[in-house]
Amino acid sequence: MQALTNRAKQVDRRPMTFAEKLYIPAIAKGMGITFKHIFQRKATVSYPDQKREFSPVFRGLHILNRDEEGRERCTACGLCAVACPAEAITMEAAERKPGEEHLYREEKYAARYEINMLRCIFCGFCEEACPKDAIYLSETFAPANYQRKGFIYGKDDLLIPDPKAQNK
Amino acid sequence: MTLLSIDWFFLIEKLLLISVVLVLSLVVAMYATWGERKVAAWIQDRLGPNRAGPAGLLQPLADGGKLFFKEEIIPTNSNRFLFILGPSIAMVVACMTSAVIPWGDTLTIAGREISLQVADVNIGILYIFAVVSMGVYGIMLGGWASNNKYSLLASVRAASQIISYELPMGLALIALLMLTGTLSLKEIVEQQRHGLWNICYQPLGFFIFLVCAFAECNRAPFDLPEAENELNGGYHLEYSSMKLGFFLFAEYINMFISSALMATMYFGGYAFPWMDKLGLSPNMVTILGFVALFIKTLLFIFFFMWVRWTVPRFRYDQLMRLGWRVLIPLALVNMLGTGAVELFKHH
Repeated sequence: MQALTNRAKQVDRRPMTFAEKLYIPAIAKGMGITFKHIFQRKATVSYPDQKREFSPVFRGLHILNRDEEGRERCTACGLCAVACPAEAITMEAAERKPGEEHLYREEKYAARYEINMLRCIFCGFCEEACPKDAIYLSETFAPANYQRKGFIYGKDDLLIPDPKAQNK
Repeated sequence: MTLLSIDWFFLIEKLLLISVVLVLSLVVAMYATWGERKVAAWIQDRLGPNRAGPAGLLQPLADGGKLFFKEEIIPTNSNRFLFILGPSIAMVVACMTSAVIPWGDTLTIAGREISLQVADVNIGILYIFAVVSMGVYGIMLGGWASNNKYSLLASVRAASQIISYELPMGLALIALLMLTGTLSLKEIVEQQRHGLWNICYQPLGFFIFLVCAFAECNRAPFDLPEAENELNGGYHLEYSSMKLGFFLFAEYINMFISSALMATMYFGGYAFPWMDKLGLSPNMVTILGFVALFIKTLLFIFFFMWVRWTVPRFRYDQLMRLGWRVLIPLALVNMLGTGAVELFKHH
């Protein structure tokens, strides 16, 4: 059989020599390696004080976007739910009533919008599918929770704060 | 001050010394658990405990407090008396060994010469042997009284392991005794103070003693009685709360005592190079000697940990083969060789 790489090495099955049978040189070598590791750079970080940076293409928790006037962009078209390979997104559409123009950008909006973070695989297809730039993947991840229902994120978890309300 | 023909100062002095030695070994054992975790972490490229206090220094207190507040479970089918006796013996025996170790030379306070050794018995080494081999009763009783097959297996392993390794240990020591001609630890140290350390004369004997000390302390790579992954913790499987703490603690005290012993018997004890030529006051030399012994002991404790996190555990047959077919013949050769050299020197 041909080797897949050139790094394959034949296993040495020769009987052990006397020096090898003593095990002392091998143990000394091992102790040398472990001693060297005492002074090496630590592989861990003290997590809550110190956080590892994510890579620039990291895909984390979703956010629902607003436009510059603070209106929700989502029109509940359902394209993200269709694109989702894990079927993590559900939504219910509703019609915008007169007087709600400052809340919703288009005539139709999502009355309920839920993402199950346990199902979500953070592939980012919803972000790609969205024609209204309404959904984005942020750079945070879902915190731990004691119950499964805590991982079903509704609109109040996903929507970004209203920029206009914040300015006031 | 003699009253009722008892030297009361002597009594007070010894009681003080006993308390100090006891507290010292407990504190060292406590911080050895912290050290163990730190060394393990460093060797594995981690940071180790660093939350409780600066550099995690309060971690042993937190661990101890946790063990005290844990629920105390005594299995229904266990022998209650023996179940409690097991960890008690382990702890008491571990603490008893420190009595004959000379922690330093004599201090002179207000005209009284105070020896920094609880008891300078002329059979110090025999005493240590007797006490150390009693330690296995704690494990044996604990494992048997738990009425659990894993605990029993572990205690049987512990008993046969300790008996097997006591033989080469004793033989290695006989060679040392032939060299020094005394059983008193104090005299052994005094000889090393004025001559070379015993490690120079007995390198093989020291090596055998070291390996056996690992086995006697049930430390890796000889931690078969504990064997977390095959016996579920071994003899202390059924133990909880502070009784478990006692077993674990006794192991660390044993480690401290055997480190101190090795430093005393082979590495000069409280003697350090040029200690008589520095021109310091005798009290100063004694204190420096104690510090020297303490540093040597700590280095040995570090060595124990270093080995634990490097060498994997032996299989049981390998353990027995090493004990009976390698160490005992080696120790015999060492003993005979030493005897021959001594005989040649004296004729």
